[in-house]
Amino acid sequence: MQGSILSHSYDVNAGEFQTAGDASASIKRKLKQIGVNSTVLRRIAVASYEAELNLIIHSHGGKLTLDMTPEAIILTSSDVGPGIADISKAMQEGYSTASEEARDLGFGAGMGLPNMKRNADTFGIESELGKGTTIQMGFSLK
Amino acid sequence: MTIRELVTLLDARVLLGEEKLDQEVSSGFASDLMSDVLAFVNDKTVLITGLTNVHVMRTCEMLDIHCIVFARGKVPSEEVLEEAEELGIVVMTTKHTCYNTCGLMYQAGIRGTDRRTGA
Repeated sequence: MQGSILSHSYDVNAGEFQTAGDASASIKRKLKQIGVNSTVLRRIAVASYEAELNLIIHSHGGKLTLDMTPEAIILTSSDVGPGIADISKAMQEGYSTASEEARDLGFGAGMGLPNMKRNADTFGIESELGKGTTIQMGFSLK
Repeated sequence: MTIRELVTLLDARVLLGEEKLDQEVSSGFASDLMSDVLAFVNDKTVLITGLTNVHVMRTCEMLDIHCIVFARGKVPSEEVLEEAEELGIVVMTTKHTCYNTCGLMYQAGIRGTDRRTGA
């Protein structure tokens, strides 16, 4: 990303519940180390964890990318499919297509996307069926 | 209220963090659904849950939750407790159900967190 002073990418594999949170924990520790304010940090960690869980639960695999500019932290989640059929439905609280396995672990309640949007200062989502989904979230540091 | 007082109130057994019982407890949130915990929990909240998998610890790590009460006498596995220890979380288990745990805490003046994260 242009103007990025820190950039890091994490591969997230489909269905790998056991390591869920590894990428987000690493992102949180990295940003804590460089002194990001704890309230902003918590919002970033929640949004990142939700995005990471979505990649594990719903995608065919993808990655989570952290970028930092002097003004903001940008988190990007991109995957290789399957894409979201109806984004407006997916953005509704309580709407979920998660598997039984995800629900047994305490997730898949249809809170992820709206929670990501609420925690981020800017939120953008693009999806194409058969191709994949890209979500970009910005967190202001000013 | 301190965590130490909470232990007495709930007649709980401390599994981890014996040295941190003087920390303050200001609010609580009860759920077995980590999706909801991620949407509702703010600072310094005690999590009351019956779910004992490793994702509970991961969720607490993201939210800076410093104290967990496992209700209905649940005790997480060694592997899960190791994760909690690394994160410095105080962990206790009580024989009370989630409902009664919340009732006792509410009666003692601890209110629930109901503000959304990020709001």
